[in-house]
This record gives sequence, C-alpha cells and structure tokens, in this order.
Amino acid sequence: MAKLVAHLRLIAGAVALAFVVALAVPAAAQQGPVNPTAAAVQEQQLLQKLQVIQGLGTIPDTKSYVLEHPAGRDWRMFRTVYLQWIGAIAILGMLALLIIFYMWRGTIKIEGGRSGRTIVRFNAFERFVHWLTASTFVVLGITGLNISFGRGLLLPWMGPSAFSTWSEWGKYAHNYLSFAFTIGVVLMFLMWIGQNFPTAADVQWFKMGGGMGKGHQHPPAHRFNGGQKLLYWLIVLGGAAMIISGYMLLFPFYGGLTVGNMELAEIFHGVVGVLFVALIIAHIYLGTLGMEGAFEAMGEGTVDLNWAKEHHSLWVEEEMQHGAGGARTQPAE
Amino acid sequence: MARMKFLCDADRCIECNACVTACKNEHEVPWGMNRRRVVTLNDGKPGERSISMACMHCTDAPCAAVCPTNVFYTTADSLVLHNKDLCIGCGYCFYACPFGAPQYPKVGNFGTRGKMDKCTYCAGGPEADGSKEEYEKYGANRLAEGKLPLCAEMCSTKSLLAGDGDVIAQIYKERVKTRGYGSGAWGWQTAYHETIAT
Repeated sequence: MAKLVAHLRLIAGAVALAFVVALAVPAAAQQGPVNPTAAAVQEQQLLQKLQVIQGLGTIPDTKSYVLEHPAGRDWRMFRTVYLQWIGAIAILGMLALLIIFYMWRGTIKIEGGRSGRTIVRFNAFERFVHWLTASTFVVLGITGLNISFGRGLLLPWMGPSAFSTWSEWGKYAHNYLSFAFTIGVVLMFLMWIGQNFPTAADVQWFKMGGGMGKGHQHPPAHRFNGGQKLLYWLIVLGGAAMIISGYMLLFPFYGGLTVGNMELAEIFHGVVGVLFVALIIAHIYLGTLGMEGAFEAMGEGTVDLNWAKEHHSLWVEEEMQHGAGGARTQPAE
Repeated sequence: MARMKFLCDADRCIECNACVTACKNEHEVPWGMNRRRVVTLNDGKPGERSISMACMHCTDAPCAAVCPTNVFYTTADSLVLHNKDLCIGCGYCFYACPFGAPQYPKVGNFGTRGKMDKCTYCAGGPEADGSKEEYEKYGANRLAEGKLPLCAEMCSTKSLLAGDGDVIAQIYKERVKTRGYGSGAWGWQTAYHETIAT
C-alpha cells in the first residue's frame, strides 16, 4: 500500500514535471542555441514538489534509489532540540511537582490507623503481571532515556568506550525486553478492563479532587478509583503507542516502511516515551513514599482494612457482602 | 587545510556504475552494501539525468548531531569519519542522513544492524594510517598516500569530482561557462548550505 502511494506520488510528480518541461521546451527552442538542461530534471524543483528525490538504480537495495531526503534535517532538529526540551520539562517538571506535593502533604497516613485486619487486594497472578510490566518498563525507560540523553549526561564522565559498551547492552535490553513488556501490557489490559470503565462514582471522585479537595474528604470509590482508571487507560493506550511505534523501529524497512515512516515513528516513540516515564514516576511516588499502606497492595497483595475503607469504600462494601464480614482470600472479580 | 567535497556533474554522468564497482573493490565492501550508488532520475524520458551519490561529508553533519554515542568526528580536511568501535548500530544516522549514506551489515535478529559503514572519502578511520586494522574496518586510506577518492579518480567522463571544494567548484564553473549549461551541483545546498553560482 505504502509502495503504491509512493508510486502514485512519483507519477504525480513526474506528470507535474512533464507539464513544466512542456511549457519550457518551446520557449527554449525559440531562443536559438540548444540548451540540454532546459528539459533536464532540476534539483530545487524536485525538492519543492516531492520533498524526496527518488529515481532508479541498478543495485538490489531499492531503498538506495532515494537520492536525496532533506527531511532528515528536520528529524535531527527534533532529536537534538525539541526532544531534549520535552524530556527535560516532562521529567524534571514531574519530579519538581512531586517534591512540592510531598512538602505540602507529606506521606498520606491511614487516618484511622492500622486495624490489624487485612483484605486481599491483588492476587498472585495480578501481582505477577504488574511486576512483569513494571520491571521491564524500568529497564526500557532507563535504556530509552540513555539513547536520547546519555550522550549529554553520561558520556562526559563515563568516557566514549565504556559509554558505548553500556549503550550497546542497553540497546539489546531495550529490543528484547520489549516483548516481555508487550505481554505485560496485553495481560494488564485483559485482566483489569472489566473494572476500569468510568462510572458515576468516578465523576464524583474527580469533583472532590481525588481526596485533595476541601477538608481532604475521601471520595467513595470502587476497586479502582477515578485516578487509577485514568492511569490504567493511559498505560494501556500509551503502552500500545509505544509498542506499535517501537516495533516499527525494531523491524526497519519491513512491510514497506520508509525512512520517513521510521522518522515519524521515532518522534512518536520519543515524545510518548518521556511522557510515559513522567507518568510512571508519579505512579511510583503514590505507590511508595506518597501514601502509607499503598505499596503492600502490590507487595504482599493484601491491604489494611482501614486503608481499604478510606480509599475504596464501595469496593470494601462489595467485598464484605461476598465474604460475610471477613477478609476474603479471593480478590474481587 | 582544504575543505574536501564531492561534486557530481549530472550533465556528464553516463550511469556506467564504474564508481560503484571501484569503491566496492577498493574497500572490500561486503555483499549487499554500497558506499556509493548511481541513481537515475526520469529514466528513459527526455531530461533523464544520473547522479552518483555517497556520503557528502556535510557541513554540520546531521548524522554526527543525532548519534547517541558520538561516533562521528570531523577531520582537518572537513571529512566526516566514524569510529566503528563506538557504534551500537541504532540506525539513527540513517534516519538523519539526507543522502542515505549509512549502511549496515544487518547481522543478528530484529533491528540489530551491526556496525555502520559508509563512505570514508578513501580516508580510513581513527586507526593508524594504512594499518591492517584500519583496512579491515574502513578499507583503503588513499588520502594518507596523497591520492584522492578512487571513484572520482577513475571516472571516465570526469563527471564525479573530488578534492578541495573551491577547486572543483571552479572546474565546474568553467565547464558550465564553456558548454553553456549546467544543472547545478546536486546535493550541495543540502550538504554544504551553498550552491555554485554559474
């Protein structure tokens, strides 16, 4: 399909060119001496019309038939200027926000204190999927940032040889772990989609600022509150975006991919990537330092009953009905 | 020092591909890879032109700007050379290059491209001039022997010129003046941000 479009574009360009040439030829003929270049292809004309100059060659490598592709210079601007700024603002900005937030609220405590009774929040399979995705994401994130920011931040003090070795292994890790990450995102999507459709309670949750509003009232929430549902969809959609654009880069020129396609995929991969890292930094903060009693949900799989009542009141009610007042051994389905 | 450049006079190129063959032979470029190639525009139509293209050794080279491991370096002759020991085969230089110069041996799975290879202007790499290591990684170093790139040296119609940019621009200007026409120095605007006023 892409090849067909490229052919059509070429034909359209050739027709347009032939038109220009047809106009130019009689004019030249009237002026006496023969000028062979009057009918010849002109570089500037081709560049203005097609952005890419493509012809025919005699070697088997058909992608070498592209003679000139000045758009590489635009992509270079993205890599060396725009992405550097977007990445710095997204990641440093998120860190700054979290530090300010921590200074304002500190660690959010369980208001009623620990009850000593626990309730199962995530079963072993859910935790396995979470940590599969999380551990691969951390490696993908660090090695990905290294490719974009390592030259400026790490190379000066690591030295060219050590930095190159580290980056090469980082690239291998990035390429191969992408498959484990893909499995993690797909499983996460299937496993939790049933509980992540927006409900009226979520509207209420967002209206109350997720408990950040006046008086720090805990809004009622089901198993996943509005913020967690938002996170779920951002991870599923962001993950899909990263996976698709990533595989376009992992399989260069497969299925008719052109350099232009891969440049766009790289821009997409880079921008979504740094935003994704910023999002997950916030997620890690809330799951550890930011909130007492939250980490154990993904750690041991159980949470304190008081924590559950404060943060997921509707979920606890549902659970209690199922389990007749006791802590259940099975999670909500 | 001179500012070395390539110039392909499209009005002289007869698409014999001798430059391509000479380059592959001189540097033992592996099967499937081409440091230089000839592209024909408007093939079989009036106004057909062929242009021999390789790395143009750009001013402010985009490959060098985007390389994550800082593989590229510019010599005193303004040639853009690379250090294969530092290359991780990410392919970014190929995305950034306006001339499709970087090539990859494509060893291994998925996007593992192997170490990038491209035209060295017959000037080798960072190893000692004329050493065995240099030859194995980058091919012959003719410049160190006082010779110009082989592709241009053996061009039968002298379409492809290599040498000091000012000198080859002057030769091209004289040609245009004598014969009365010229389609311009292809790629010069993109590579060097300049054209030859004729």
